[in-house]
Amino acid sequence: MTDPVDILIIGSGASGAAFAWSMADTRMRIVCLEQGDWVKPTDYPANGRDWEARRYSDADILPNRRQHPADYPVNDTNSITKIATYNAVGGGTVHYAAHFPRLHPSDFRVRSLDGVAEDWPITYRTLEPFFTENDRMMGVAGLANDPSYPDHAYPMPPIPPGRSGTRFAQAMNRLGWHWWPSAAAIATREYEGRAPCINLGHCLPGCAQGAKASTDITYWPAAIRAGVELRTNCRVREITIGPDGMATGAIYYNRDGQEVFQPAHVVVMAANGIGTPRLLLNSVSAKFPNGLANSSGLVGRNLMLHPWPVVQGWFNDEMDGQRGPIVSLWSKQFYETDTSRGFTRGYMLQFGRGPGPVGEAQAGLESGRMPWGPGHHAAMRRYFHRRAHIGIACDDLPEEHNRIILDPTLKDSHGIPAPRIDYTVSPNTAAMMEHGIARATELMREAGAHTTTVSREVLNYPGHLLGTCRMGTNPERSVVNEWGRSHDVRNLFVIDGSVFVTGGGVNPTSTIQAIALYIAQQMKQRLHTLFD
Amino acid sequence: MSNTLANPPPSWGDPNLTDAEKRTLAAMCARMIPASDEFKVPGADDPLIQADIAKSLGRDATAVHDTLALLNRIAGGDFAALPVAKQEEACATLRAEGGMNLTLTTRIVLQCYYRDDRVMISLGMEPRPPFPKGHVLPQGDWSLLDPVRARGKIWRDA
Repeated sequence: MTDPVDILIIGSGASGAAFAWSMADTRMRIVCLEQGDWVKPTDYPANGRDWEARRYSDADILPNRRQHPADYPVNDTNSITKIATYNAVGGGTVHYAAHFPRLHPSDFRVRSLDGVAEDWPITYRTLEPFFTENDRMMGVAGLANDPSYPDHAYPMPPIPPGRSGTRFAQAMNRLGWHWWPSAAAIATREYEGRAPCINLGHCLPGCAQGAKASTDITYWPAAIRAGVELRTNCRVREITIGPDGMATGAIYYNRDGQEVFQPAHVVVMAANGIGTPRLLLNSVSAKFPNGLANSSGLVGRNLMLHPWPVVQGWFNDEMDGQRGPIVSLWSKQFYETDTSRGFTRGYMLQFGRGPGPVGEAQAGLESGRMPWGPGHHAAMRRYFHRRAHIGIACDDLPEEHNRIILDPTLKDSHGIPAPRIDYTVSPNTAAMMEHGIARATELMREAGAHTTTVSREVLNYPGHLLGTCRMGTNPERSVVNEWGRSHDVRNLFVIDGSVFVTGGGVNPTSTIQAIALYIAQQMKQRLHTLFD
Repeated sequence: MSNTLANPPPSWGDPNLTDAEKRTLAAMCARMIPASDEFKVPGADDPLIQADIAKSLGRDATAVHDTLALLNRIAGGDFAALPVAKQEEACATLRAEGGMNLTLTTRIVLQCYYRDDRVMISLGMEPRPPFPKGHVLPQGDWSLLDPVRARGKIWRDA
């Protein structure tokens, strides 16, 4: 047993890092437990000639493929979308695309506006100052005054659209559609010690240049300088509870495999939409036999994963290929509800560049566009660096049967039960996906693509893990209150993507971090009445 | 817990190919991507590329062993010893029946082929890793946004 700490944070990713930095000015003793380690930028794939191969091996986005000692397995055989996670200092921000849209105002009011799901207990306006603060801390590039949002600016100018973005922009102008340069947590100039993006290529497996804002290089250095202790290689097994029903701390395994109890006055869950409910479900006691903070039965339920069909297009002239950030533009033309489309809510179109030679050749051989034999070379040159893609980020509304539970047999390397995912696509989401595929295909043709394909079943795996401990004012319909405190355990907080009430149709990291900063501020304002 | 692996676990399969498997693999690669004088590229059966493949099985070692075994079964024996026409017939069957194991095997071949200097140069790429030189992207013309701005607000106030 070690000395008690004031605040114990579980997870060092997007939310845990932002929260730790914000709380550091209280001068309380704050410790964060992270099951992974620091990752050195010199170890990222872009440093080597095998960069593309490593994306399918030790730098894969899927933990089941990657199989690092820091990873835990996920049984996702009962889900059409596979689960992407990353376990290291910085968490999923090390392996994300850094696409940085905010949720829209309407996303927080889906019941009031559209009669579906439930409203959030907070609004876009609640989070607005925290979006701004987070944009500054992460270093976000973008262009102000997008007409699909309330006005806001960014610290840096946007990333270049390149050949493919320009081609799509021109086509959308002809169609009369909305588009805008993507906001991205990627430095486009020197920023707070970070070098600007030099278009190394796909950003997912970590940015060797340090231009991509992962929290190991943004929030954590500032939080550690301010006195927060970050313990790596510490895998938490369970949150413990006292006779008074309050959390007493956490039991974890340290880097030597020893079991350690860390007492804490406040426990903060920041392991995101799979890790957090997994840990709560593993924390059973006489008072909470169905998992900690689970009197509602909603811990693990309402999982939202953002089904993400992709339309690929090939052009006669050269596109960007793998050169540059994955993302370039977004379109919110179909984001807001229009019931004449046959579904409620909507989706974002996310415009991306192309693969490297291995990805192109692999897709070509599998599809038959490229033959085996002498014709391979000419075919490769017809397709390589001539591809661009459109992702369709669908707002999959919460459904209780979409959930994580504990797998009865699968365990991690410490014997801790692993999560199992049950996830299906609703008819509303399926209709949305088909609409998006049709529109993206129409746009591809308008942009000049001679060949298009659709990835409908082999979906992109965005790693957006949301909704499994949602916030709300009704303890029977939510796990935490409107400022992240468990309804059941008054010194237990959830600050990550688990608290989302709905998922919106955009990448969630910006909103996850804004929520973490908002909850930190709420806690600081209530320090003397925090447990009342 | 580390974010790297010191040694491949046994569950990935034997990381080494036998001499017989190496012959089968090279013959299969020659059918998949043959050398080309026109494009000035070696085939995937080139000794340097084969050596790279042989040490790169990693997580897919079992898939490679199984694919090569299937190919020999399809060939009715030693695939590498067949005449070219018969090899092409066997490969056509393999492509129909190989499934995920063939997909993974093919990816390993491609990973090694398309990082070979000669192949990268032929494709117009510089034979180097992305970092530290990076790439140049054309900057955008944001006046293209004028019609988007002109249409005005599209977000719903809530």
